[in-house]
Amino acid sequence: MMLKALSECFGPCGCEEEVRKFIIEKVRPYADRMMVDMMGNLYVYKKGASSEKVLMLAAHMDEVGFIVSDITADGYLKFKTVGGIDSRVLVSKNVVVGEKRVHGVIALKAVHLQTADERKNAVRESGLRIDIGAKTADEAKQCVKIGDYATFDTSCMPFGEGRRIGKAFDDRAGCAVLCDVVREKDLPYDTYFCFTVQEEAGCRGAEIAANRICPTAALVIEGTTCSDVSDVPAAMEVTTLGGGAALSIADRGAYSDKTLTQKLYALAEENGIAVQYKRTTMGGNDLRSIQRSGNGVIGAAVSVPTRYLHSPASVISEKDFESVKEIAKLFVMQAEELI
Amino acid sequence: MELLKKLCAVTAPSGNEAPICALIQEALSGIADEVYTDAMGNLIAKKGSGGKKIMFAAHMDEIGVLVTFIEESGLVRFQNLGGLRLATMLGQRVRFLNGTIGCVQLTGGVEITKAKLTDFYIDIGAKDKAEAEKLVNIGDVAGFIADFIQTETAVMAKSLDNRVGCYVLLEALKRAQDTENEIYAVFTVQEELGLRGAGVAAHAINPDMAIALDVTATGDTPGAETMHVKLGGGAAIKIKDGGILSHPDVVAAMEQAAQKGDILTQREILLSGRTDVGVIHLTRDGIPSGAISVPMRYIHSPAEVAYKSDIEACIALTAKMMQKKS
Repeated sequence: MMLKALSECFGPCGCEEEVRKFIIEKVRPYADRMMVDMMGNLYVYKKGASSEKVLMLAAHMDEVGFIVSDITADGYLKFKTVGGIDSRVLVSKNVVVGEKRVHGVIALKAVHLQTADERKNAVRESGLRIDIGAKTADEAKQCVKIGDYATFDTSCMPFGEGRRIGKAFDDRAGCAVLCDVVREKDLPYDTYFCFTVQEEAGCRGAEIAANRICPTAALVIEGTTCSDVSDVPAAMEVTTLGGGAALSIADRGAYSDKTLTQKLYALAEENGIAVQYKRTTMGGNDLRSIQRSGNGVIGAAVSVPTRYLHSPASVISEKDFESVKEIAKLFVMQAEELI
Repeated sequence: MELLKKLCAVTAPSGNEAPICALIQEALSGIADEVYTDAMGNLIAKKGSGGKKIMFAAHMDEIGVLVTFIEESGLVRFQNLGGLRLATMLGQRVRFLNGTIGCVQLTGGVEITKAKLTDFYIDIGAKDKAEAEKLVNIGDVAGFIADFIQTETAVMAKSLDNRVGCYVLLEALKRAQDTENEIYAVFTVQEELGLRGAGVAAHAINPDMAIALDVTATGDTPGAETMHVKLGGGAAIKIKDGGILSHPDVVAAMEQAAQKGDILTQREILLSGRTDVGVIHLTRDGIPSGAISVPMRYIHSPAEVAYKSDIEACIALTAKMMQKKS
């Protein structure tokens, strides 16, 4: 399954090569043209019936992860997080490090060795190390360099009924959607399927991509917060797992085009596709960069609700994933009535 | 002042500028050569040709609230559009785009000084969720409402930030019909969300110079931060704020124009806060920019106060800048 393979790819923010290579091979048969820019964004172009309007679909290839910042004398790796990770989720998690993809575990000293203060307060990134089984700095340096990247080491698996558990659904779910939508034939408009870099560092790749393409309209495909978990009041859920594709109204970076968003919502309902609005104005995604690029772009965002975002194991509903795919297809194939 | 009153009365929070855009379009009839909107909703009016290409930007959005959830009880949860002042909004009435009225209230037992946005809710007078859903939906927006008050000296209204800037731009354009420059009067969107609209308009126009028309804080109320600007001190010529150091040539041009036109001005150094030129001046290869501000007390409250004499000075100075020969 495409989503499983994409989820398991190694692609922390700034190091998206493995993801890009995988996608290039998958989409090659369907592309009229492909290009990679100097930042690493991948553009998959499909010629449409008309060049009067240009469509852009964007999903980011990067995931949250780590950069090795130092190697200690006793062979442990100090690290910094890349993208927003709550340091409390890190302790004892398996990770993969560097070009050689060595296995590691995030180490915290045993509870009986901690001071009263350390036990009382949440653990901080600076107090954690990655253990790769090396006994000395020299041994560690044989397989890892300062500046190497690391990600969580999580297999993507079926979970309960119709759900999946894995890492990096934000935004490999979006990448998987694009890999599927790119197979559509007879597109009405020239369309670019963009796999962007460095979203987690502040939507950096998408800005370059949008300025290169100058699209008329754009749809961002994302994995977004889903807090429908124990003890969270309904008003704070943001999205509901299994509730359908989540269309963004507004967030910290972009106010989605109202007309396009409302039309997508109505069209989804007409076609029996489960859809919900994302119920917060927090967060942000590549739309923030795309909408404000060039002379301005008509933009919307649709997301797969994702529990435990930016953690080693997040959960999505396959039904929601399919709904997002269907909405992305509608955006491409029915663009004439949408834009 | 009738036009200003009409402008202030319109509910059009950030991202939902269509109603105010329609009114401004009406006011532009006969005073612009060309009027159009762009992909983000900025309204652009072009007047004149030849000379310098000058962009004037006044944002037409206002702060407001966005519905995120409807409780079983029919009470409405919301988040902010732009910088809400929590203590100021308590008990205020809001109006949704469909006319529904509600009031902003605070969860019992929460002290106002410690309250978070999520402690507030809006009561729209619905007995339960089903009744509420007939009136509002997730994603609907509302703006604050308040009467427009005039005294001999001042105006007091909601959304003077920045309908007064729109008013200044419209009135100046009327006075500068003989301009020998190429004027772009741009009424921008989503300024209160972080200057999101102005950049794309500037990119498309690529002007030789840009001037924002907005409001600025003052230092003339009890406990105000030290600030030179005061009500009655004239049009404020921006030197610096949180987003721009005005181009010295633009500042000089404005001060010269004011001197020639005998227009009262004061220099503005705003400690925090930004306006549209914050993004405009960094567009493309860089655009020399500055701003003319209406001094204003109680910004982002339903009772913003400005002096008529300052508003008039801003109009006069803006018109002079439109007519300026290079």
